[in-house]
Amino acid sequence: MPIIVKNLTHVYMPGTPFESVALRDVNWNVEDGEFWGLIGHTGSGKSTLIQHLNGLLKPTSGEVIIDGVNINERGVNLREIRQKVGLVFQYPEHQLFEETVEKDVAFGPKNLGLPEEEVTRRVREALELVGLKYDEIKDRSPFELSGGQMRRVAIAGVLAMKPKVLILDEPTVGLDPRGRDEILRQIVRLREKQNMTVILVSHSMEDIAKLVDKIAVMHKGRMVESGTPRQVFKNYKALASIGLDIPQVTHLMIKLKEKGKNVATDVLTVEEAEAEILRAARGKGHA
Amino acid sequence: MREITIGQYIPGNSVIHRLDPRTKILITFAFMVLLFVIDDFAGYAFPLIFILVASLLSRISIKYMVRGLRPLVIIILLTFVLNLFMIKGRVIYEIGPFSITYEGLYQGTFMVLRLVLLIVGTSLLTLTTSPITLTDGIESLLKPFSKVGVPAHELAMMMTIALRFIPTLMEETDKIMKAQMARGADFSSGNIVKRAQNMVPLLVPLFISAFRRADDLAMAMESRCYRGGENRTRMKTLKMTHEDIFAFVATGFLAAGCLASRFLW
Repeated sequence: MPIIVKNLTHVYMPGTPFESVALRDVNWNVEDGEFWGLIGHTGSGKSTLIQHLNGLLKPTSGEVIIDGVNINERGVNLREIRQKVGLVFQYPEHQLFEETVEKDVAFGPKNLGLPEEEVTRRVREALELVGLKYDEIKDRSPFELSGGQMRRVAIAGVLAMKPKVLILDEPTVGLDPRGRDEILRQIVRLREKQNMTVILVSHSMEDIAKLVDKIAVMHKGRMVESGTPRQVFKNYKALASIGLDIPQVTHLMIKLKEKGKNVATDVLTVEEAEAEILRAARGKGHA
Repeated sequence: MREITIGQYIPGNSVIHRLDPRTKILITFAFMVLLFVIDDFAGYAFPLIFILVASLLSRISIKYMVRGLRPLVIIILLTFVLNLFMIKGRVIYEIGPFSITYEGLYQGTFMVLRLVLLIVGTSLLTLTTSPITLTDGIESLLKPFSKVGVPAHELAMMMTIALRFIPTLMEETDKIMKAQMARGADFSSGNIVKRAQNMVPLLVPLFISAFRRADDLAMAMESRCYRGGENRTRMKTLKMTHEDIFAFVATGFLAAGCLASRFLW
């Protein structure tokens, strides 16, 4: 289920003194099963962009085509698109509203008009997918859970819709390191199990560089870079000029290279860096 | 929801923007009273000129001010239609049991003009005065009444906080609404009962977040030793300048004109 974004421009409040251009001429292709990281500073247009991907926002100009359907066309079934493209907002726990966890997670599938048993089945499945035990948690109030648990319940609420594409806007913001690692680990696991397309929005390269297949960088409403992390990090000077850091290990390797050491710089993890430094130290040439 | 212009502030640095908020509040008040003094069309020339000059000085486009009328179109139309049909007099047109009279037409137009001037005049105040300055002005104007038990500072603080959180809550509403729509919620179809039920997933999180914010804010204020208005000084004290005096003089002329139009001719 590919997503094609063509010459997308979005203007907020056109024709008022508060007019602001959030996206300028963005082009982006997301293929089936890809794992994307969407990176940029606050106000760079990431959130605006992802809200186009399930039809919450309509383009001011340009096209967004989801699974062959142009969201600009009249009579488009938005509910169907929103079922296919699951969007988890920032601080998703702020949208919890039901008395019990089970009812809250069931909200999405119920809106799809599914039969009772199917809804229950999906709720159970979604909760287990985010690592919560259905029987233990289903009757508890979502408001008495811990922050990390609330967030997972909220993510389960989107997963219960069985989307083919999952978009998460800063899923780790405001969590402690352990909660952050857990959420990220679960997203990776989820992708492997469900074979979903995943788009992870973040302002931190460090967090996602080692997880994703591809990175898209937003800056002032434009998509300034897109490609595999290794490709993108090659332009580290351009990234630095817009204030985005590359992962520390990659940075280290670039510094070593600048000092005249014969190392490769397209390194993303500590393990790779270790191997590369050892290789260089032993004086072997490039592989 | 982003279309509401009434009560919205447009930053600027015009003469009107720079006026003391107290001046603007008092003049707006006088303007409203004077509108009700006028009893014929000719009299409207004075407030009309007044508003035109003021809005030209404020450099806010008339188009933007007229936009503020949009949410009130129904009230304006209703006023017109009710006057049109309800007033007895010389009949000029009949539709079934209803009749339009000359007096009704006159009165209807008259009332609509009054309403429009009233709305445009007051929106000029909020368009050119930031909410915070506005409440400062109100607090300062209410000060003399605190001797008789009017909690001027507390009222002003409450208003400041309320105004401060309107955009925040709007943003929050927008966000929660979108989040629930992403889960297939529907806020725009169905009958009234269904729609009210559909609001639950929006209102519950909104209330929870409002309470959380109130809690945080109260804590933040207390930890900075806030304890009400007594002996509090301000960073920016309000000061009247010659521009304010000029504004009062202009209002004086407006008053003279309106009163003359009523009592002299």
